Amino acid sequence: MGALLALLIAPAATADMFTPESGGSPNADKIDSLYKIIFYVGVVIFIAVEGALIWALVKYRARRDGPQEGEQIHGNTPLEVGWTIGAAVIVVILAIVTFLYLGDIKNPPASGPDDLAGGVQVASIDQPTPPKGSSDNLTIDVNGQQYLWRYDYPGGAFSYYEMVVPTDTTVVVNLTASDVIHSWWIPKLGGKMDAVPGFVNKTWFKISEPGTYIGQCAELCGSGHADMRARVRAVTPTEYLAFLDRQKADLEASQDALAAQRKDR
Amino acid sequence: MHGLPPEPKGWLSWLTTTDHKKIGIMYFVATFIFFILGGVEALLMRLQLAQPDSTLLNAETYNGLASMHGTTMIFLFIVPVMAAFGNYFVPLMIGARDMAFPRLNALSFWLLAFGGIAFYASLFWEPPQAGWTSYAPLSDDAYMPSGGIDAWIFLIHLTGLSSLVGAINFVATIHNMRAPGMSWGRMPLFVWSILVYSYLLIAALPAIAAAVTMLLTDRHFGTAFFDPNGGGDPMLWQHLFWFFGHPEVYIMILPAFGIISEILPVFSRKPIFGYKAIAASTVAIAFLGLLVWAHHMFTTPTSTVVLIFFMLSSFAIAVPTGIKIFNWIATLWKGSIVFKTPLYFAAALPALFVIGGISGVILAVFPVDWQLHDSYFVVAHLHYVLFGGSVFGIFAGIYYWFPKMTGRMMSEGLGKLSFWVMFIGFNMTFLVQHSAGLSGMPRRVYDYSGDLGVNEYNLISTIGSFLLGIGVLLTVVNALRSYRNGKVAGNDPWKGNTLEWYVQSPPPVNNFDVVPRVRSVEPMKDIRREVARSGEVAGSVAQPVASGT
Repeated sequence: MGALLALLIAPAATADMFTPESGGSPNADKIDSLYKIIFYVGVVIFIAVEGALIWALVKYRARRDGPQEGEQIHGNTPLEVGWTIGAAVIVVILAIVTFLYLGDIKNPPASGPDDLAGGVQVASIDQPTPPKGSSDNLTIDVNGQQYLWRYDYPGGAFSYYEMVVPTDTTVVVNLTASDVIHSWWIPKLGGKMDAVPGFVNKTWFKISEPGTYIGQCAELCGSGHADMRARVRAVTPTEYLAFLDRQKADLEASQDALAAQRKDR
Repeated sequence: MHGLPPEPKGWLSWLTTTDHKKIGIMYFVATFIFFILGGVEALLMRLQLAQPDSTLLNAETYNGLASMHGTTMIFLFIVPVMAAFGNYFVPLMIGARDMAFPRLNALSFWLLAFGGIAFYASLFWEPPQAGWTSYAPLSDDAYMPSGGIDAWIFLIHLTGLSSLVGAINFVATIHNMRAPGMSWGRMPLFVWSILVYSYLLIAALPAIAAAVTMLLTDRHFGTAFFDPNGGGDPMLWQHLFWFFGHPEVYIMILPAFGIISEILPVFSRKPIFGYKAIAASTVAIAFLGLLVWAHHMFTTPTSTVVLIFFMLSSFAIAVPTGIKIFNWIATLWKGSIVFKTPLYFAAALPALFVIGGISGVILAVFPVDWQLHDSYFVVAHLHYVLFGGSVFGIFAGIYYWFPKMTGRMMSEGLGKLSFWVMFIGFNMTFLVQHSAGLSGMPRRVYDYSGDLGVNEYNLISTIGSFLLGIGVLLTVVNALRSYRNGKVAGNDPWKGNTLEWYVQSPPPVNNFDVVPRVRSVEPMKDIRREVARSGEVAGSVAQPVASGT
C-alpha cells in the first residue's frame, strides 16, 4: 500500500501511468494521441457501466420489509435495439478516428531541412545537393539474432546493440531475423514490428534533437530474450558521418589485421 | 433398475464410472489440481519479478514456468472446467438422465487426465520454454531440442481429442435429449453457452491439431513446414495457431457468461432481461470469434488491408459483448437482490470483464497495438478477460452449484471473505500491469531494467498476486470443509429457475424418476407456482428454502 501511495504522489511516475511512451518520433506521438482518444471513450464507457452496475446492486438490494420478488420484466425491445445501435455507432466512430490517424503513423514523412542531406556542411561547393522528398530517407537494415541486434548502414558500416542515427532525418528500418522471431521496440520511437525469418518488415522513426532512446526485444526468442536490449542514439548529421567513417575504418583495420595474420601463418 | 450388475464401490466406482455426475466431479477435482499448480507457477514468476535484477530464478526456469502456467491454465483448467460444469449440469438442466454417449464421456475425461500427466512429466526432464503459443521457429528442434516441446505437443493432442469428443457428446445431448416442451427458446442460457462452446471447439481444434502435428514432423522427421531455410513459413504457424487460439478465448469465456446468466436472475428474483438477445449474442460472438484471429499478429509482416479487416472484425465483436453486459445490468435493475456469495462473484464478472473489453478495443486498433502488443498491457488485458471474466464466473458457478453436487451449503462468511480477498488481490495484481506495459515492459521477461520505471508496478503486482492466491485458497478450504460439515442444502436452496433444482441434492444416479414437462424458460418457477396454487405442503418439489448464511 505504501508503494501504491508513493506511486500516486510521485508526479514523474503518474505522468505516464495511463498513456504509451512518446516524445521521440512523430509516429510515437500520433499513436499516443490516438490511444488517448480511444482511452477517453473507454473511460466514459467504464464509468457508465460500473456506475449502473453499482447503482443497481445498491438500490435494488432485497430489504427485509420489501418485496420478495423483483419486477417481472422479460425485456424491452426499443431499449435493447437502442443500446445495440449505440454500441455499433461508438465502434464505427473509433474506426473513423483510426483511419484519420493511420497515414501519419504508418507512412514515413520526408526528412526535415537539417537532415543528413541538407544539414551536412559539404567540403566542395560543386557537390550536388540530393533531391528533397521521401527519397532522402535513410534506410538502415536491422537484423535480430539470438540475442542481439545488428544494424547495417548504407555504405557497408555496421554496429551492434547501439544504432547511431542522424537527427531530423527519417530513418526507415528494414527488419529481418536470422534465427527465430524477434520484435523491434523502442517505445519512445513508435510501435514495435516483428523481425520474422524469411520476411522483411518495415517501420520508421524520425528524431529531431540529439538524444538516446532505449528499448528491447518484444517477442519471446529464447533464454536471452529479456537481455536482448537495444539503444538508438541520435546525433547531428555531421557526427553521424564521422561515426560511419570510424566504423568503416575500424572494419578495414581489423580486416587488414586478419589478412596480415594469415600471411604470417 | 432390475437385472443390473451390482455397482462397484469405492475408488473403483470412480475409475469405471460412466455417470455424467461422477465424471463431472472428477473433472472438477482434476482441473482444480491443475489450477493450483498453474497458480503456484504464477506466484513463482511474480516472486522473481518483485524487484529488478532478482536472482531467484534463471531465464530458462522462468520461461519454463511461463510456458507451463499459460498452458496449464488454458488447456488443463479453464477449458476442461467448463466441461466439468457442462457434464454435471447440462443433463440435469435439460431433464436428461445422462449424456448421449456415457462411455465416450468417460474417455474424454481420461484423455484430459493423461494429457495433463504427459505434460507435467516433462518437469522431470526439461519443461517447454517457448510460451503457451510455442511460436515456430523458436519451438523447432534447432532452437529447442528438449523433449518439453514434444510433451506440449502431446498435451495439445490429448486434451484436444478430449475436448473434441466431449464437444460432440454435448452437441448430441443438447440436440436430442431435452425434456418434453423444452424448445430452443426455453433452453437455459448456460446450456446455450455449452452448445456454442462445443461447436466452437469442433470448429477450432482441427487447426491446432494440424499445426502441432506439422511441428512434430518438423522437429523429428525432417519436414520444414515452419522453417524458412527449408522453404517453410513461420507465419503459417501463427495463422494456424491463432485460428484456433482466438476462438479458444471465447470457448473459455462464453460458458462463464452462461453461468452468470443463470445466477443473476435467481439472485435478483427477476427473469433474465432479454433472453433472446443473450442467446443470440452468444452465437454472434462465436461466429465473429472465428474471424478475428490475426489481431494477434498486427506486428507481423502483413499488408495494411488485412490489418484493417481484422481491426474491424474485432470491433464488431464488441457489440454483442456489450449487449450481454447491458442485459445483465438490466437483469439486476428493479430486482430484489439477495446478496449471497454466488451473486458476489457473478456481479464481479461484468465489473471486471468490462475493463478487459475496453482494453481489448484499444488493442484492436492496430496502430495502437504496435505500441502495446507483447507488452504487460496485453498480460493485464488477458487476465482481466480470463481471470476477471472466466475464473470469477467459474467461482460463481462453484458457489451456486456446490449445494446441488454435495447436498451441503458452502460457508457464506468464508465465501464472502474469499471473494473480497480475491477481488482486491486480482485488481492489485493486474491493474498496474497496464501501466508497466505502457512504460515499455515486454511480456515473458524474467528480468527488467531498474531504470525502466516499472519497479513499483511490479512490487504492487507481486503483493497482489499473493493476496489473490490466499483468496483462492480460502474457497478451496471452504469447499473441503463444507463437503463434510456444511449445512444440509435441500433440493432448492436458492429458489432456482432451472430443472437441476427439481431433483435431490446430490441427484440420484438416474437424475429424474419423472421428467417434468417444460412450459417456459423458468420451469422451476412454474412448478413452485403450481405447488403453491394447489395448496399442498411441499413434497420433494417445493421445500422450504434453507437459509444459507
